[in-house]
Order: sequence, then structure tokens, then C-alpha cells
Amino acid sequence: MATVKVLVVRAPGTNCDEETMHGWRLAGAVPTLVHLERWIERPSLLRDYVILTFPGGFSYGDDIAAGKVFAAGLSGFLLDEVRALIERGGGVLGICNGLQVLVKAGLLPGGSIPQRAVTVTHNASGKFEARWVRMKVCRADCPYLAGNAYTEMPVEHGEGRVVTDSDATLAQLESAGHVALRYVHPAGEAAAYPANPNGSFNDIAGLCDPTGRVMGLMPHPDRHLDPTNHPLWTRRPPTDVADGLRFFKNAVRYWT
Amino acid sequence: MADRYWTVCIRPRDARFDGTGGSVLADVHQLGLPHVEGVRCQRLYFLKGAIDHRRLTELAASLLADPVTESFDVLEGLDRRRESAPSVEVHYQPGVMDPVALTTLRTLRRALAARGEDANAVEDVRTGRRFAMTGARSRDELVHIARRLLANECIERAYVRGMGGDDPLPDRFPQPPQYTFALRHVLLRDLDDAGLTKLSREGHLFLSLDEMRAIQAHYSALKREPTDIELETLAQTWSEHCVHKTLKSAIDYEGDDFGRPGRVRVRFDNLLKDTIVRATRDTGRDWCLSVFVDNAGVIAFDDDYGVAFKVETHNHPSAIEPYGGAATGIGGCIRDIMGCGLGARPIASTDVFCLAPPDYPAERLPTGVLHPRRVLKGVVAGVRDYGNRMGIPTVNGAIHFDPRYLANPLVFCGCVGLIPRNRIEKSARPGDFVVVAGGRTGRDGIHGATFSSAELETTHVDEFSHAVQIGNAVEEKKVLDALLRARDAEGGCLYSAVTDCGAGGLSSAVGEMGAELGAEVDLEKVPLKYSGLRYDEIWISEAQERMVFAVPPRQIERFLSIFAEEEVEAAVIGRFTGDGRLRVRYDGHGVGDLDVHFLHEGLPRMKRRATWSASKPGEPSIATESGDLRENADPQRTQRAPRAQSEQKEQPGLGVGRATPAEGSPPNADAADGLRERLLAELRSLNVASKEWVIRQYDHEVQGRSVVKPLCGPGFGPSDAAVLRPRLDSLRAVALGCGLCPQASDRDPYWMAVLAVDEALRNVICVGADPRHTAILDNFCWPKCDNELALGTLVRACRGAADAAIALGLPFISGKDSLSNEFSMDPQEAKRLGLPQRLAIPPTLLISAISVLVDARRCVTMDLKSPGNVIALASAPVDSRGFEAALSMHQRVASLIAAGRIRGAHDVSDGGLLVALAEMSIASGLGLEIHVKESAWSAALFAPAATSYLLEMTAADAAAAELPVLGQVTDSPHLKLTGASGEPCAWSIHELASAWRAPLDGMG
Repeated sequence: MATVKVLVVRAPGTNCDEETMHGWRLAGAVPTLVHLERWIERPSLLRDYVILTFPGGFSYGDDIAAGKVFAAGLSGFLLDEVRALIERGGGVLGICNGLQVLVKAGLLPGGSIPQRAVTVTHNASGKFEARWVRMKVCRADCPYLAGNAYTEMPVEHGEGRVVTDSDATLAQLESAGHVALRYVHPAGEAAAYPANPNGSFNDIAGLCDPTGRVMGLMPHPDRHLDPTNHPLWTRRPPTDVADGLRFFKNAVRYWT
Repeated sequence: MADRYWTVCIRPRDARFDGTGGSVLADVHQLGLPHVEGVRCQRLYFLKGAIDHRRLTELAASLLADPVTESFDVLEGLDRRRESAPSVEVHYQPGVMDPVALTTLRTLRRALAARGEDANAVEDVRTGRRFAMTGARSRDELVHIARRLLANECIERAYVRGMGGDDPLPDRFPQPPQYTFALRHVLLRDLDDAGLTKLSREGHLFLSLDEMRAIQAHYSALKREPTDIELETLAQTWSEHCVHKTLKSAIDYEGDDFGRPGRVRVRFDNLLKDTIVRATRDTGRDWCLSVFVDNAGVIAFDDDYGVAFKVETHNHPSAIEPYGGAATGIGGCIRDIMGCGLGARPIASTDVFCLAPPDYPAERLPTGVLHPRRVLKGVVAGVRDYGNRMGIPTVNGAIHFDPRYLANPLVFCGCVGLIPRNRIEKSARPGDFVVVAGGRTGRDGIHGATFSSAELETTHVDEFSHAVQIGNAVEEKKVLDALLRARDAEGGCLYSAVTDCGAGGLSSAVGEMGAELGAEVDLEKVPLKYSGLRYDEIWISEAQERMVFAVPPRQIERFLSIFAEEEVEAAVIGRFTGDGRLRVRYDGHGVGDLDVHFLHEGLPRMKRRATWSASKPGEPSIATESGDLRENADPQRTQRAPRAQSEQKEQPGLGVGRATPAEGSPPNADAADGLRERLLAELRSLNVASKEWVIRQYDHEVQGRSVVKPLCGPGFGPSDAAVLRPRLDSLRAVALGCGLCPQASDRDPYWMAVLAVDEALRNVICVGADPRHTAILDNFCWPKCDNELALGTLVRACRGAADAAIALGLPFISGKDSLSNEFSMDPQEAKRLGLPQRLAIPPTLLISAISVLVDARRCVTMDLKSPGNVIALASAPVDSRGFEAALSMHQRVASLIAAGRIRGAHDVSDGGLLVALAEMSIASGLGLEIHVKESAWSAALFAPAATSYLLEMTAADAAAAELPVLGQVTDSPHLKLTGASGEPCAWSIHELASAWRAPLDGMG
């Protein structure tokens, strides 16, 4: 079985690198952690990898806006290499701050959506919020999401609201299959706050590009790698299943 | 050529994208100005440099403004804004840390350099915020809003614009003053006692006359005067904050016996050693790896790792600037963990606040005191922004409300770290370089250590504003990244010792690391934020996010290159010597030369007398009430159960806005109707009410270790303790809990301390901890201990904590005290406000518990699990008969949980039995049918109790365990209390939950 090599990129303020690396390892991949500046010094190092991951955190303190400074480094020096990875069939994953980076660097949503038409901004509540969310999988063909109709993970962010510049852009996101994950109410109804914790347009929790191989999401699969991470695990029969780990395993299966 | 300035003004495109404006508007309404219609928040970037308008506009579009949600203008100059709406503009005061400005400067310069242009076209950046208001009626209202909500004058400056006048905006960046070296001596040898006292106060030394005399004698023998820096170093090193001289003093105690009737005389040679430290020794736990000697205590976790735990207070800074105070409080505690041994990796934080109720009447606020609502919002935001940015989950805490915390809010910050067992020992060696790494040094936080050892006064807001600092969490995260790389470097750790640079700055950090060896330091080598700092300011500055390392010369190159790769500034500023002198130079001039022996051993030992008597002799202490709630309790005894309420005889007028409103209700609440209302009132009382509003602002799951969260079950009930797995590759876990019962101090601080220890233990047991593998930490926050009676309260609490710890087998591993939590004000003002002239906090002891669990999957939570199960009460008295019954009950509960016999466990604490039952129902959405004789339907059902657990079990397991059963879990959404006969008393879970969530849900 071929080894799935993953490059996990950190910057000052990245703080979910350890659990993201752990997720990839548990799933059977071989992850390597690199500082953004080291990668900028040698952009071609990405060529040894199949999957590129941007973990969560507060890169550069969220100063100016979440993901903005990281994205400036990425789009200023590394975009060609990332595009080449995507073209040769590789994957890109952004979790939380990683989604913010991918959107602000123009890598998501991609396709025919204009680059500056979608953003991730401050929660509608105006504050940071931690809670578990339930999501409906809207792109079952996305390599990370195979086999799940619904998935549960925590959100922990202050800037996770996906918004568009117009209704037309929003409609295009939907019709072109860019909505990978959508917040849903636990009982199945449409999500109002708090099921949609940040006021994202159309309850968007995760975005992907037309191929489904470039994906970003605000909730944290890296915080649901063990069944005891789930908030209700003491109420349920013992299980080996953790939705977040399945997410990483799906990707490894797809790229093996 | 004149300097060129620019302003980039960024505003939300519409109100949907202005969350900040919306929350400020809600605060304005809360302030009593409902007619204000709108607040729009704008971000301002001020730039200095030769960049042109076109280029800056491009940069702003790509880097500063969001293309979807924001629009912007680029204006030349700093002061040429015209606003249609009246507005308040807020800038930082010169010299205050502004992390966003630093990041923006670097980002803009890098973008310029990447295009091959001159990066110096942007020389400097500052930031500001502007709040445009509609609907305000007068300029005075704007000024009021600015002062109360938008700007804290100790770090910020507000400019009110419009409505009949514009505060003039600055037209240039502030220029740091230039500094010319001049050595300063302090003339002290010829001073009399009055002169020494005056020097201590006016020089902000806060040393006692005895201590000043010892310094005078030392310098008289040396036949010279001290330099300013020597005197400062002594004051910092001898401060209460750094050496705990009150707790370590010799004390003759004469007064009530400890936990028994009668009087007693006891001599303590060293109060701390004879109580707290003795408890650690007597419990004899071999898994204690490092106690009382380092920045944090360390216990064994497994064969490879230990866990370190430290809890700090940051009270005085938080009183003056809640946001910055709490943020730098948590930042400092995290650095304690980073500086524990050769460095531990922080894996969890805890926070506990003691505050006045947020509905305290604004018109009764003393001058110089911030409103408790603002303090609450500020400290929560401070912990949130620092902890979340560091990527350390805030997993456990408590908030206690009492009006006596009005002028002295307490902010406790805890941090837990994971440390390899072969990285616990450290010691600097002669020849090692002194390296300071992290943030640059500025004129910030000067005199923090001595300030925190002083009593607050009205004037301190102005006098000590420089003692407060804004944190920069990402700087600290970078230091952590670099430190862990250097610690785990191939071939071994690259440094021989490390400590954090906290209170006292370099003076304390270098002094402490060189306490045995001595050191020499060249202050001009310390990287500065701006020019103009005097040598003594560099030495004592408490600028944040700095660590001091001892690095052997052969490792210095690798060490410095790792720090450079992580973008952390590290500078060699001296050497550890081995000659026992602490020598400080500036540009080659000797400015200080201290004997480290005198510095660390010269402090005169205090000898004090202490006394204490119960105000109402013979009355049972709160801690004896634990048995009252059992179904078979003696009704006579239950009837006279008093509530644990504050007497507050010396505190006229502070009864307003009491945190526990139920105290005002009639003593005889026997009737079902009374009981119904009483439970709802208890749930609505601030100390019981849901803290979900706070908890959800903290990231409590980052690092992916979470097992038991602060909120339990589908109804988000209050967890007793947090559980996490320090190693992601292991199922071993740690539980963290706390005990805090300051209200019990009014009756007897001895029992207050016993209760706090018992509560901390109960909390961790409830989630599955083993009492035989549980350690505790103490944090004493006291009013001034300047008389025998006040000192007596401290003695009693130390003894209570030690007695309980020894009896229950819980070693103390670390502790800290803060002993001047009083506020004095002008007598006229005190009279006008109906407040005492000296506002003192109740003696407050926080006990934090940490316990190692072998298997996370054995944990239980407090939410009810299955209809048909029963609720058993496990309780034991804690009183003058001793702790044996309590110990055996704690162990029984822990064994039952370990054996898998318990489905849910919850501790009976604030609010008593009925509140605990209600919380279990709220958490799960399941009902309860509870049987208690009508004769016990009384205030006793609401009394807090020691060693009291509610356990959900199968009926068979409860019977086998021979525990009294109170009732059963039902699938009806009601909590129902039935007696022997007659009508039951019932509540719907919905009404219980609504009452419980109401008080803090509206905080915004």
C-alpha cells in the first residue's frame, strides 16, 4: 500500500498542528510539519506530498483579519506550487483557520466563482463561540466525506461566518457544488442559531472546489479523533467510531 | 522633509457585518441610554512613511480590508477626518503594546519588499477604532459612553467628535523621549524612621520599617548609599508577591481551637511550613515529583511524563484594567508552566473569578472603581482572547459573586502542563549565558510586584496605570514553539535552566536563577520597544511574553538559530558567574552590585501575634450541616439548620445586589409554594446560575484532549470537573476541579478552608478521580493582615486547609497568596455612598485539585442517564468529630465509580440538594421523583454541604451499596418532590432551566 504523505503547514499562532498531525497518523498517513517561512524558502518541497493541510489556530493572532496574513504569504510566494499539486490530483484541506486562509488566498471556492466574492467573517453574534454542531454532508463524493450522511464535530471560532457579495454568488456556490457541509439542527430541521453557530449564509459549514479535493471547514475533525471527545459519550453505548477520525481515514483511503 | 502620515479607515459595508457595533449598542442601552439608535464600528490604521496614495490604496484593498464585508478610504494625515455622525475615536496611549500594529507593519513591509519596492516606505503603524453614533442627545452622553464603555484611560485615549466640539486628534506619532545615562543613588543612610517610611511609600517600594532598617544597616556597613536599581531589586525580591513573608512569618496564635471546641495557644515557627508544607510531607505521596521549589508543582502522570499545575492571581491589574489584567494573568501563569523544570507544554487552563454582582447600582460606585459588569465582561474577554490565541483549552473554573469584591475583584488563572520526567531538574551553571527571549522590553508593568503587595487606593488608578499591560498571545506562542524545540533538541536540551520573566521583570528572573551563583548583566543589550528607557526601568520592567534562559556557550549558536527560525528575538545579556554577586551594568558603567546572599536571605523574619474567636460561640459551623439532608435526618436538627450566610457586620450597606437573593426570604419556607419559589430563586441566584455565557466564549477543546467538558448532557448542565487526556496516544487522563467557599469565612475561616478542600476533592471524584492520586493547590486571597484578628483568620484557614488535606490524603504541590485585597477611600465619599471606608474582601481560599485517572473511559458525568435508575445520597458529616467518616465516604464513592456502578454523579454545593437535583435534570432533560418527608421541606434543602454526593445507580446497585435512596429517574420532564402524604411539589424542567439560564444569558 502506497504511503500517503501529508504536508501540514504552521505559522506563528497556529495551534492545532499537534492534533491534526495525530489525526493523519491515526488514519495511516505520514504527516510532516513545516513552518510557513521554511516552505517559502523552498516552495518546491510540496512536490513530495499528496495532501497539503492548513490546521486551525490564530495565525498571526488573527491580526487585521483571521487568516489574512497567512494567506498573504501563501498567495505571494506559493500559489503556483499549490495549484500544481491540485492539478496532479492531490488534496488540500483547511480546518478552521485553514478555511479562512484558503478563502482569503483565493483557493476556495475556486471554479468559476470570482476570487473576491466570498469571504469568512466575524460571527453574527459578534463573539467567539464554542459548541458542537451537526452537519449534513452535501458532497458525498468529496474524498474526506465518503460514507457519512451526517457528521458531528465542535466549532470553536470567532470568525467563521461564510458570506458572499451577492445572492447570485450564493446561488452559484450551491449550483456548482461548492457547499460540502451544512449546519443542521439535531432534530433535522433547518438550522437557526445556535445550530448554525455563526450566521453563515445558507448554513454553510464547509466549502470545496469543483473537484472536491480542495476543502475547508470551520468545525474541527481534529477534535473528534477519539470517541471520548464527543460531548454525549457517557450517555451512549461504547463505540470505536469518531466522526473526525473517519474524515482523515476517508482521505487516506482515497489517496492510497 | 516633514514626516508623511496616512489614515486608512475601514468600515463594514452594512450593519449585517458589524457585530462589534451591535454589541456596543447593546451595552449603550444597558448603560441607560435606550435612545441611542445605532453604533457603527470602524477600524483605523495610521501609517507613517513615504508611501504614495495609489500604492497604499492597493495594499489596503488586498491586505487590510475584506473585499466582501468592508469598504475603506485612504486619507492623507492623521487628523483630517470629517464624520457626518457624532463619534468616539479610541487610540492606545503611547508605549502600550499594540500587537495588530506590529503585525500590520511587518505585513505591509513584506508586501512592498516582495514587489521589489522599498519596505521603509512604511516606517511605523498605529491602530485605532472609531465608533460612529446616531441618536445620542448630547456631547456629554458621548463622553459618558466613551469613559464607561469604549476606552480605558489607563491604556487608551478617547477623542469625542461632533455635537458641538471636536477633541483635537494628534497630527503626528508620539516621539519617545531620549535618554542620557546618569547614575542615581538613593540617600538612605542618614534617614530617620519617618524618612525611611516616606521613602518606602513614595518610592513605591512597599517595604515595612523593619525591612527598610535592615537595608539601611546593610549599606551603612558597606559605607555607601544604594543605587536606585539596588534598592528596587531588594524591594522586588522582598515583596510579599515574591516571598510570601506573611505566610512564612513566625506566629503566636491564641484563640479558638481548630475544629474543636475550646481555646488554644499554638506557636508556628513558619506558618506555611507548619501547615501547608507539613500536609505535603505527612501525606507522603511518592508520586509528588516537584513541590514548592519551582514555578509549578509536578506530579507523576505515567512512566515517561509528569503533569505540572500552577494557579496564580492577577487581582490588582484586573481591578484597574480587567481585559489586560486577566489576559496577562493567564499569560503569566502559562509562562510559569513553560518555565517549570526545563519547560512543560501547557495543555489546559483554569479560571476562577470573584466579583461583585453585575447589577450593582452604578450610582454607588466609589471613585476609581470600575463597575462589576464591566469587570466581568473584561476579564472574560481577557481570558478568552489570550487563552484561545495560545491554543490552550480553558477547561474548568468558577465565578463567585459577593458585593465585597466590588473594589478588589479576584482573578485566579491556572495552567496545567505536560513535562517529560527527565526535564524536571534544572540549574544554571557558571559560565552560562543569560539570554532573554520573547517580547521586547518597554516601560510597561513597572512596579507590578510591589503594586500587587499594596492596598488599593482611589489614586492608584492613575499612579499605577503603568503597572498594567496588554498581552500579545501570539508572541508567547512563538516563544513556546521555540522553547519546546530547544528543550527536545537532538542530543539533549540546549539550555541548563529557564524561568519566566514575570513580576519584578529581569530583576526577579535573573536574581532568582542566579540566587546561588551570581550573575552579571549588561542592560544596554536588552532589546527595547523604543528608546528612552532608563537603566532601572529596563531592569524592573514587567513587559510580557519574556523568558530568561541559562545557555551553555557550546549550545548558544543552535539555541539562537532555533529562536530566529521561530521569529522570536533572543539576546545574550550577560553571564552567570559563580562569585555570588549580582552585578548590573549599563554601557559599561556599574549601576548595581548586590550580594546575592543578602538579597535572598537578608529579609528580616517577621514575628507576629494572631488571635481569633467565633462571633457566635456554640453555633454549629457550616461544615457540620452535611448530614441534614438525608431522608432519615433528625427533623429537630434539620429545622435549626442555618443557611451559610454572610454576617457582614462591619460592612454597612453592602447588602445591595446580593449574590444570593434567597437569603432575604422568610426563614420558614416549609410550604410547598414557598419551596417552589425558593428553588427557582436559588437557580436564578448568580452563584448558582448557568455560566454558559462565559464557558462558550472559551475554547475548551483545542488540542483534542477533551473527555469531560464544562457543560454536560444535551441540556448543558454544570460539570463538576474537567477531564482531559494529556497524551493523545494514551487513555490515561487528568481531572481538574476546584473548591471555593468564601461565604463560609464569615463564620469561621477554619471551616471555610476545610470546605474548600472537601469541595475540590468531591468535584474530581464526581468525574471518576481516585482520591489516593489527587493533589491540591492553594491560593489565599486575603484582606490586609495588619492586625492580630486579621492574621488570625489566615492562621485558621491555613490550619483548616492542612487538617483537611492531611486527613483526606491530599498533598499540596504549589500555592500562592495575595494579601492586601482592601480598598480605602475618602471618608466623605464613603459616607455619601453608605460604604465602609475600607472595603475588604472576605477571606478567600481557592483550592484547585488535579487527579490522575488510569482510563478515560471510566469517567462519569453529572447528567441523568436512564429512567428507572435511582438517586442515592452519599454523605458524611465533617465536624469536630473529625474527618474519618468523610474520608471513608469519598473513598466509597470513588470505588463505586471505578467499579462501574455509577451512571451519573453530582456534588451538592452552592444551592444545596434541590439545586443539585435540578441541575442533573436540566442537564439530561430527564425527570426525577424524589421522596423527602414534609418535615424536611425547609431551608435545609438549600444548604450547601460537605462530603455530599448525588449518585445515579440501578436500584440493585444502590441496594448493594447500602446507600439511602432519595428517589428515581423518570421520563417525565418534571422534578417532583413527594412527602409522606399530601400534594407533591413539582417543577417542569423547562421552568427550572429558564430560571437557571436567565441571569447571565443577557450579558451580551
